[in-house]
Amino acid sequence: MDKVISPLSVEGLSCRYTKQESYALRDISFTAHTGTITGVLGPNGAGKSTFLKSILDLLPHEGNVKFFGDTIEENRQKIAYIPQRSSVDWDFPVSALDVCLMGLYPRIGWLKRIRKTHKEEAMHYLEKVKLQDFAHRQIGALSGGQQQRVFMARALAQKADLFLLDEPMAGVDQKTQTLLFRLFKDLKMQGKTMLIIHHNLQAASEHFDHILLLNQVLISQGTPENALSQDSINRAYSPIEA
Amino acid sequence: MDILTNLLTEHYNATIVFMATALLGLSAGLVGCFLVLRKQALISDAVTHATLPGIGIGFILSLQLGLNDGKFLPLLLLCSAATAYLGARSVQYITNNTRLSPDTAIASVMSFFYGLGLLLLSIIQNIDAGNKAGLNSFLLGQVSGLRIDNLILLGAVSLIVVCLVILNFKNLRLLCFDKNYASLLGLKIKATENLLLLLMILVICTGLKTVGLIMIIALLIIPAITARLWTDRSEIMAALAAFFGAISCIGGVYISSALYDLPTGSTIVLFAFSLFTVSLIIRIIRGTNV
Repeated sequence: MDKVISPLSVEGLSCRYTKQESYALRDISFTAHTGTITGVLGPNGAGKSTFLKSILDLLPHEGNVKFFGDTIEENRQKIAYIPQRSSVDWDFPVSALDVCLMGLYPRIGWLKRIRKTHKEEAMHYLEKVKLQDFAHRQIGALSGGQQQRVFMARALAQKADLFLLDEPMAGVDQKTQTLLFRLFKDLKMQGKTMLIIHHNLQAASEHFDHILLLNQVLISQGTPENALSQDSINRAYSPIEA
Repeated sequence: MDILTNLLTEHYNATIVFMATALLGLSAGLVGCFLVLRKQALISDAVTHATLPGIGIGFILSLQLGLNDGKFLPLLLLCSAATAYLGARSVQYITNNTRLSPDTAIASVMSFFYGLGLLLLSIIQNIDAGNKAGLNSFLLGQVSGLRIDNLILLGAVSLIVVCLVILNFKNLRLLCFDKNYASLLGLKIKATENLLLLLMILVICTGLKTVGLIMIIALLIIPAITARLWTDRSEIMAALAAFFGAISCIGGVYISSALYDLPTGSTIVLFAFSLFTVSLIIRIIRGTNV
């Protein structure tokens, strides 16, 4: 029987920013299965963003992370990442179209020019997030929801198989929330895998197949019903004892 | 064509000065754009000050080698580029390996290299050999002494800078906008950062003799922030910054030669800053965000 290769497997992941500091995350193991949406939940400061950044090798970490059974180096193009809103420089002189085009750079070639066909392709992805009329607007002049959709378009343009999203629903309007959740469902139907940091426990069972409840350590994981038992929630959201 | 021939024959020296400084302004504006967009304007401060010990070392080396009485320009520029690189690396090292913030690292590196440079220059003034006259022009700049070989050097450097920026424009922009994403996509971050550093050092070292150590910082930053006031597109910002840089140099040189022989480095910077102020006022009057 063929062994099923999972898009993302994490084994014993720990992270601390410098050797002098204590761990922001300890010993997290988890596997994401193809075509599933995993919600990463937990209180503020639980290490959710740190978790995503460590997986992506953007922070120093210990433990083993495999993408499609291999290293990140071999799979860069298959992985899309949407950063936290606060980490983006919204004053930067780029338009929605410019940002969306960035997702195409590896396919364009690093030393090659952006051509008309690339712009048309990027426009196609902006249409998917209903932003075709705002393509030439500077990103800071868009609403919070539109800004988030630009980054979603960039991720789509990358034609990735694994999506890692850091709080895509933070500070966005209802219209964008509905649009994004519908997009996630479409992507799931296409066999794409998603890992989404989310702040709302209530709607979790509706949107996610799998839950990771974090607070520096993995409190629980599993289906929303199993992972979000009252006991687990209490443990995740009560102050950690030293 | 007649006008050009006239210019070249009748005002040979003036034409060289105008062309050389305009080329310097163009490259400085272009490179400065990415420093501003990366929010690393201050790093140019550290790198520029770090060139000074290189000038001293270059002078002593060329004196030892018996080259041009100590003022062998290629060696002076090479040594200043080397210490500039060392300065930039020191800032990076301190920032990456300590809890100090970049501005603290820049302040300490800048003053150390500047102090060392001044020390070397004063030692050189006291030794009884070589032609030391004009060494101070590296501090404040001197355009009147620009000759055809300086123009050729600045022309070559500008060509290299423009070509490298055009070829790498989207990579440099991606690095400035979203370094994490750039690294995820597989952009060679170290190489791109080094390219930006190389461009900056090229502009600074070739500009030292023309506008001087302190003024070259302004020439990197002011045209870029002026350009940012006029556009929300990075391609246009880069083109405008190059334009404002060149115009500032031409205007500054003209004012300095037309009026009482004022120091050119200063008039260039003041001209650049006037363009910035006018642009800012226009933006405020129009009611756009600044």
